[in-house]
Amino acid sequence: MIIPPWLDDFLWTYQNLIHALGINGLLALSMYVVLAVGQLSLGQAAFMGLGAYSSALMTLKLKLPFFMVLPASCVVPVLFALAIGVPTLRLSGVYLAIATIGLGEVLRAVYLNVDYFGGALGLSGIPERAETWMIYGLLFAAVAILWLVGRSGVGRAMEAMREDETAAGVMGVNVGRYRMGALLASAVLAGLAGALGAHVSSFIGPNEYGFEPAVTILSYALLGGIGTPLAPVLGAWILTLLPELLRGFSDLRLVFNGVIIVLAVLFLPNGLLSWRMKRRGA
Amino acid sequence: MILLQTAGLTRRYAGLVAVDAVDMDIPAGGIHAVIGPNGAGKTTLFNLISGVVPPSAGTIRFAGSAVTSLLPHERARLGIARTFQNIRVFGAMTVLENVLTGLHAHLSATLPEIVARLGRFRREERAAVDRAKDALALVGLSARADARAAALSYGDQRRLEIARAMVAEPRLLLLDEPAAGMNPAETEALAALVRRIRGFGTTVLLVEHDMGFVMDLSDTVTVLNFGRRIFQGTPAEVRREPAVIEAYLGPKVAERLARREAATRAG
Ligand SMILES: Nc1ncnc2c1ncn2[C@@H]1O[C@H](COP(=O)(O)OP(=O)(O)OP(=O)(O)O)[C@@H](O)[C@H]1O
Ligand SMILES: [Mg+2]
Repeated sequence: MIIPPWLDDFLWTYQNLIHALGINGLLALSMYVVLAVGQLSLGQAAFMGLGAYSSALMTLKLKLPFFMVLPASCVVPVLFALAIGVPTLRLSGVYLAIATIGLGEVLRAVYLNVDYFGGALGLSGIPERAETWMIYGLLFAAVAILWLVGRSGVGRAMEAMREDETAAGVMGVNVGRYRMGALLASAVLAGLAGALGAHVSSFIGPNEYGFEPAVTILSYALLGGIGTPLAPVLGAWILTLLPELLRGFSDLRLVFNGVIIVLAVLFLPNGLLSWRMKRRGA
Repeated sequence: MILLQTAGLTRRYAGLVAVDAVDMDIPAGGIHAVIGPNGAGKTTLFNLISGVVPPSAGTIRFAGSAVTSLLPHERARLGIARTFQNIRVFGAMTVLENVLTGLHAHLSATLPEIVARLGRFRREERAAVDRAKDALALVGLSARADARAAALSYGDQRRLEIARAMVAEPRLLLLDEPAAGMNPAETEALAALVRRIRGFGTTVLLVEHDMGFVMDLSDTVTVLNFGRRIFQGTPAEVRREPAVIEAYLGPKVAERLARREAATRAG
């Protein structure tokens, strides 16, 4: 395939932004899968960090090729999801949110204080092995899979749980299994996003996976909505693009995100894309 | 044959015993009622049977096996279905989707089959939609299949709950105050619906304050008061029982029910 020079220039100039849009889209989906079953689980940034650190170490220390590193980057986040899932899934609402935010802060302290993880300097010199097509291929696949699953009995069970867990259980939905499944899917998506992020930026540090990114990822879904898998991705794209457009005001970015969250919660309870997908598969 | 049996079934809440050592036998087939004053523990009894709350003591046997420690979805799979006194439809979902959730335990397509849209998944999904439409026809809601459940009237939401509970053809259907808020014509239609459900072979256990409705429909009546079972018998026995008259019916209602029964027999 021949890429015209103007497109090549464009891609080169905006490479970082294009990568960020795809990766943040995956993170938005990682938030979506837990919100879709009604769980306010905020461990996405922590899972992303686990994916980033474990994949960077596999590349740097074990010298593994990226086609092995990328799928393997899910393993550690999934193990943590299993470990925290069992004790925390009985929690609900704000308690679950606090417990999962706590996980992120504990991990941040570990990255900071253990030399193997590079301490405050983080890990640098990570080869840039993640390609744009990999990022968007995974994003497309994730949206498609979530869409197809959403239009089936599984999607109906998820929405029923979100509306009324007791009634869903009485209808035959194994709510514990669905909560765990959603948490594991969230860990996989965030782990992949973390590995891709680490392998496009050459450097990762402990502060990229703490409280602030956890809230940013939540704001993707709050702004876009969770009516379909596309809604949180749209939210992520807007919140990733806006700071670029307002580059002069970069100090105000956090304030800006905060204002958007407040406005979305107040005026768009179902997000920008409030359209709800059908739940029938035939 | 006994379909449902509770023994010493007890549920305590801080400072009170909502269900107190209840022994109850519900035979397979027919329509059975649980009555009693407000706060007697009727809804709590249904919560215990459906697994929504765990018992503090006692056992529940269903169709010959112990279900006391099973979760709600496991009991659903065995054929225990219910409606709720405080309506709990899935408001944002369509009426048809609500009914489809009632079939959840009977869907077997795996995630790969769903994602690949394999023929087996699509056939199962189409069959489920057909069954859900039949259930909606049963309760007379076919025309509202694509409406948002929250947009239905109160009475229609009650009927939707019955369709959602019946779609999987349960062995036991628990109805918690199905006639609440209904006018006499609607109550009459509901009675006909409950009789049809009995005709399908589903055993019905219902809680209701409308005594005419209860006495007309029921084969057996269990009376609760302060969490205790104070009587179990036929409607005729129940309205003659002094303990029941004192605790719940009152002499006037008992007399009216007696006249009504005499009139029905004469007519
Ligand atoms: N979750 C709970 N926590 C504390 N107390 C409860 C709870 N659920 C029920 N109770 C109490 O248990 C008792 C029985 O309540 P229940 O709802 O079973 O009564 P009921 O017979 O269904 O009454 P009604 O006819 O008004 O529906 C009441 O005193 C009620 O306040
Ligand atoms: Mg009640």
